Amino acid sequence: MANKHYETPMLDELEKGPWPSFISGIKRLRDQHPDDRIKGVANSLLGQLEHSYETRKGYWKGGTVSVFGYGSGIIPRFSEVGHAFPESKEFHTLRVQPPAGNYYTTDMLRQLAESWEKWGSGLITFHGQTGNIMFIGTDTDNTQHFFDEINEYGWDLGGAGPCVRTGMSCVGAARCEQSCLDEMRVHRTLLNNFTDDVHRPALPYKFKFKVSGCANDCMNSIERSDFAIIGTWRDDMKVDQEAVKEYVAKKGRDYILDNVVNRCPTNALALREDDTLEVNNRDCVRCMHCLNVMPKALSPGDDKGATILIGGKRTLKIGDLMGTVIVPFMKLDTDEDYERLVELAEEVIDFWAENGLEHERCGEMIERIGLANFLEGIGVEVDPNMVVEPRNISYVRMDGWDEEAEKWFKRKAEEKAAAAAG
Amino acid sequence: MALHTEHRAPIESGCPDGLQYMHPVMRKHYGNWAYHEDPRPGVLVHVAKNGDKIWTVRAGTQRILDLFTLRKLCEIGDQYGDGYVRFTLRSNIEYMVADEAKVEPLIKALEDAGFVVGGTKNSVTMISHTQGWLHCDIPGTDASGVVKAMMDELYEEFKSWNMPNRVHITTSCCQINCGGQGDIAINVQHTKPPKINHDLVANVCERPSVVARCPVAAIRPALVNGKPSLEVDEKKCICCGACYPPCPPMQINDAEHTKLAIWVGGNHSNARGRPTFHKLVAAGIPNNPPRWPEATAIVKRILEVYKEDAKDWERINDWIERIGWPRFFEKTGLPFTKYHINNWLGARRTLNASTHIRF
Ligand code: HEM
Ligand code: SF4
Ligand code: SF4
Ligand code: SF4
Ligand code: SF4
Repeated sequence: MANKHYETPMLDELEKGPWPSFISGIKRLRDQHPDDRIKGVANSLLGQLEHSYETRKGYWKGGTVSVFGYGSGIIPRFSEVGHAFPESKEFHTLRVQPPAGNYYTTDMLRQLAESWEKWGSGLITFHGQTGNIMFIGTDTDNTQHFFDEINEYGWDLGGAGPCVRTGMSCVGAARCEQSCLDEMRVHRTLLNNFTDDVHRPALPYKFKFKVSGCANDCMNSIERSDFAIIGTWRDDMKVDQEAVKEYVAKKGRDYILDNVVNRCPTNALALREDDTLEVNNRDCVRCMHCLNVMPKALSPGDDKGATILIGGKRTLKIGDLMGTVIVPFMKLDTDEDYERLVELAEEVIDFWAENGLEHERCGEMIERIGLANFLEGIGVEVDPNMVVEPRNISYVRMDGWDEEAEKWFKRKAEEKAAAAAG
Repeated sequence: MALHTEHRAPIESGCPDGLQYMHPVMRKHYGNWAYHEDPRPGVLVHVAKNGDKIWTVRAGTQRILDLFTLRKLCEIGDQYGDGYVRFTLRSNIEYMVADEAKVEPLIKALEDAGFVVGGTKNSVTMISHTQGWLHCDIPGTDASGVVKAMMDELYEEFKSWNMPNRVHITTSCCQINCGGQGDIAINVQHTKPPKINHDLVANVCERPSVVARCPVAAIRPALVNGKPSLEVDEKKCICCGACYPPCPPMQINDAEHTKLAIWVGGNHSNARGRPTFHKLVAAGIPNNPPRWPEATAIVKRILEVYKEDAKDWERINDWIERIGWPRFFEKTGLPFTKYHINNWLGARRTLNASTHIRF
């Protein structure tokens, strides 16, 4: 069977050119792999893919496949043209959670490769757009066998369907000078608190956590996650004036004026005549631009923590939404700080589980009920950092104004007292 | 009864600890990095507060890795690196080494094996992409193929620092767009309402949930040939394809009428301005496998103008904000049409309510 190769004239075109070709890779499995099963699957997959290229249509349909004890983590795929390409007629993907930050030893990659060679097609992606390792292509029985094997040495499935999804975090503290967080700890504390919600879909829709160590937001967390945790600091940024002078000496005053000072979004920077940099830390919004241009001279302050934004998502159903600031700043140092973070996440997910409509993302629910109601629901007080500007329309009922203003003054007085005490 | 003994209960270990797989120098200086430098495209050197250094070599791959390729990557890591790797958000592989002397041989080994070293700083890095015909059940195109064909043409840009700032390109093979926001995004755009296979609807689809899925309430339950089915108000339908995943008989994909559209100016970073969504610039681009030359040509044209015209550190959105959209269309030669004018929720905020006009 595996001797007859499907013709793939269109796919062959994707073997040309300098960029590594995934088609050549699949062909290597077809032609060079010692196992006839893998050869056959690769051949059949190429046949179906060529058919898609020729007809400009996809031929996979979903279904229900899961491993024992879980309701999610497998993307079932059954071929609609399985009669013509039988050896890949079941071609399910396993979504496996990577370590926070995507670190691997080559030994571990080899071990995973061996397991996948035993039970799967031999195709793997590091990583899918949600962050999972994607083991692409196996049949229903082998889904279970493969999972059983890798689960024994430390790997667990990610989410799929209406559940908490696999998280993502940037390299951050492990290798980046901009990091203001322990991204791995945030990521694992949150995700592993919700393992039940990852494995057993029972929420209105998907819910994603993403962690970025600073406002560069390398994980796209504001645009792509329901719950974004982003590192920041609230004391003064650190300026090494000698290093500033070196940049000026190397690049010239004009370059620093054009590319650092004038690009600051809040005009918080000034280059003095002696080539030192003055930072107005009250106006600085911690956007990271000047730190990116002069990493040797400028660094985050010492009083680090996180900003939390909730409700980001992509197009379906009401259009793209970005997350909204819900917590402008919280410390993440002690165990208690982490407990507060988990409690907040639980509040948000519980409230949304109760009030979200079927197939409604958290951000869409907030859009429908209004931010103020959402805040009340999760027990978070309003804060002007949550808005770009206050309301600009008078059509609103405000007969509770006096009490609300009172609350604000009371809260501010309490914060002041707490600051004075501690 | 037998069921319980037949199956092994899963160990719900969740997300594993990355420290066990992390390069010892990174573990040692976790949270204690001072700065980094960029010695050449594809290479970073990070300097810890005590002066220790770690070199990173970044390489692009085909993303869908076969066992041979994965093992080759491991072999290179063992022979020329320290045996520690990681993957970026855009599926580039990174090798970390503690000894500068290993950097050049590592680069050579990667390049000899056909991988592409680069993708750092102001390059065009790997296009982040989705599944497509290889695996998804709803795709209108093959994101993997589009990306391969496009990266062949952007190969030199991946390996060099020619751009004013970094360029993040994304693709998506349906209008759900799991590829995410990008400086440039190449996404499927359907142009005709779904063709309904009425014979199948009753068996396959949960009709109320399909009705609820439509963003513009264009779907109604209906009796067709005496069988329960669905009906689409074609005047209302925006051809988004949202009804297709819950109800495959709502065939949205069409060999002729499923097209590609190109969007620009999405930026996830908070640096300078707030994060931005990408905006439509070109549509009606043929979905033309196996190499999609029309889409690539437009992407290259946009990149050429950006490279020439933008100032240092301007991402595509920053650049367009400075020069204005009229000039963007003028310089790229792309048509501006009625479809570029937003009519979705909140559209008025995207209209020019000022006399700010560039001449
Ligand atoms: C029904 C079929 C669908 C399939 C097969 C599918 C497949 C995928 C896959 C394979 C990924 C990458 C996954 C990973 O990393 O684990 C992904 C990500 C994603 N999907 Fe889907 N998807 C489907 C439906 C949807 C729907 C209905 C939405 C809409 C809301 C959606 C939105 C997304 C988004 C936004 C991402 C990227 C997420 C991120 O940045 O974290 N997908 N999808
Ligand atoms: S988000 Fe910030 S801390 Fe994280 S990798 Fe990017 S620049 Fe570094
Ligand atoms: S971090 Fe951003 S806002 Fe703050 S001073 Fe630098 S450029 Fe200005
Ligand atoms: S963009 Fe659409 S078609 Fe492509 S993988 Fe995502 S859900 Fe599937
Ligand atoms: S394609 Fe979109 S707009 Fe048209 S009927 Fe389906 S869900 Fe509604």
